[in-house]
Amino acid sequence: MKKTIFVLGLAVAFPLVMNALDQTFYIGFGARVLIYAMAAASLNLVLGYGGMVSFGHAAFFGAGAYVTGILAVEGLRSAWIAWPAALAVAAAAALVIGALSLRTRGVYFIMITLAFAQMMYYVFVSLKAYGGDDGLSLPGRSTLGFGLELGDELTWYYVVLVLLAAVLYLLHRIVHSRFGRVIEAIRENETRAAAIGYPVYGYKLACFVISGAIAGLAGALIANQSSYVGPGLLHWVQSGTLMIMVILGGVGRFWGAPIGAAVLLTLEETLSGSEALGQYALHWQLPVGVVLLAIVLYAPQGIAGLIAGRRRA
Amino acid sequence: MLELRGLTKRFGGLLAVDQVDLAVKDGEVHALIGPNGAGKTTIIAQVSGSLDADAGEIVFRGRDLTRLPQHARVKAGLARSFQITSIFRRFSVLDNLALAVQARSGSSLSFWRPVAGEKALFDEARAIADEVGLSRRLDLVAGNLAHGEQRALEVGLALATRPKLVLLDEPMAGMGPEESQRVIALIERIRARVTVLLVEHDMDAVFRLAERISVLVSGRVIASGAPQEIRANAEVRRAYLGDELAAG
Repeated sequence: MKKTIFVLGLAVAFPLVMNALDQTFYIGFGARVLIYAMAAASLNLVLGYGGMVSFGHAAFFGAGAYVTGILAVEGLRSAWIAWPAALAVAAAAALVIGALSLRTRGVYFIMITLAFAQMMYYVFVSLKAYGGDDGLSLPGRSTLGFGLELGDELTWYYVVLVLLAAVLYLLHRIVHSRFGRVIEAIRENETRAAAIGYPVYGYKLACFVISGAIAGLAGALIANQSSYVGPGLLHWVQSGTLMIMVILGGVGRFWGAPIGAAVLLTLEETLSGSEALGQYALHWQLPVGVVLLAIVLYAPQGIAGLIAGRRRA
Repeated sequence: MLELRGLTKRFGGLLAVDQVDLAVKDGEVHALIGPNGAGKTTIIAQVSGSLDADAGEIVFRGRDLTRLPQHARVKAGLARSFQITSIFRRFSVLDNLALAVQARSGSSLSFWRPVAGEKALFDEARAIADEVGLSRRLDLVAGNLAHGEQRALEVGLALATRPKLVLLDEPMAGMGPEESQRVIALIERIRARVTVLLVEHDMDAVFRLAERISVLVSGRVIASGAPQEIRANAEVRRAYLGDELAAG
């Protein structure tokens, strides 16, 4: 509880501090971190709690983004319609992809989710009506009403923060509910879970759909963030990025996804723009790779696990 | 209680279960014995629903279960334990059992209410832990239990689903004589309310517990009857029991 209040306080104070320091650019960066935290948290539900290594989560993220983008271009900019639509389409995609993928296990599951995501990637690349390869520029951010102007970076940041907090709270409830226990039990021992009477496939599919829906909402937000959607959002590298965030932060740890998103994007931001590194800044992924390697080898519970471990000691 | 008619399972060219007919009567402890590879575990898997039947029927309490998925069979009152321990190793003993209780008490499509607050689940889990002798190990992570205790939890998980018929696949595997005595005592305690189909190599236990015994050799039932009939059966002695009884 203390930890939650601390993190929330930090997130609330961040843009105010940046404002005071005249570094307003970082408010937008902060919003991006929050959005990726949501996408990574959705992946952590299936990967960390459900033990389903989905290597195609960019499909749901990108689907949500494109729904928002296409609706905006067609003149429908209300967040009250576009965002639920993004969520619903992503959930439907997760239902179809999950229903087929979850008939397989292990490496086959990883490969088939990857294949589905790449298929969707190529669908959007060839979708000439909506920019194809070049992607799609939105006329502006969604409209929310209540006198809130999402084009204002500070307002935007706080709207995203409220949504992320709501999603994390929902995930917290799910993980500790009956459903959450079953999902973790299936991760631990699928054979036994079936033998004590759980229809394993149905539970995994439900988990997958919830996760896809949340990724879709994050996608709707990322489309707004830069007022642009492109097929790159569905590329497998994007799925890999989400996975790296989860692994960095801590697989199956509640704070894993937000920590991982913050750390990875901060590393990217500081290293790739670093003047001290000069021409080597282009290769910012190399030190990130080393960090990831160290985490996997020496701290399989991720950064969240390291923090929790130190506390106990 | 349970009737198998012409149950068959093929793995490629191997006929693992060959037109098995078997009847387990209401309330009895029925032992299924036979040499390694005879198909005992395959039959358990088919009856519990993790393996399909290639041919034949599984009738449980007058109902044809042959095509029913595993979870529906558990709901109908059929539970199994595994020969190779299969528990939730990173969960506590209490959570293991509560999870099994949860499977049959109310819907688990509940996403909001914290399960930790459900007193009834954990009370019943404690009662089962008590029954299988794990009441002092409730908060221990299951993977850290001693072998015998893990075997007890294995049986506890099956009992927690409150079955009418429990399929116990070598519950005494790898146990010392003292631990085996405890499992025998446990089966003696539960037999009043649960029918038991027992696969076991420990012949002392089998002849002490079983009211009827079926002998499986190479996927076929070669004899079925009361313990003294089985002991006297020439074919059984030749195929399986001979050495062990002579030694005993």
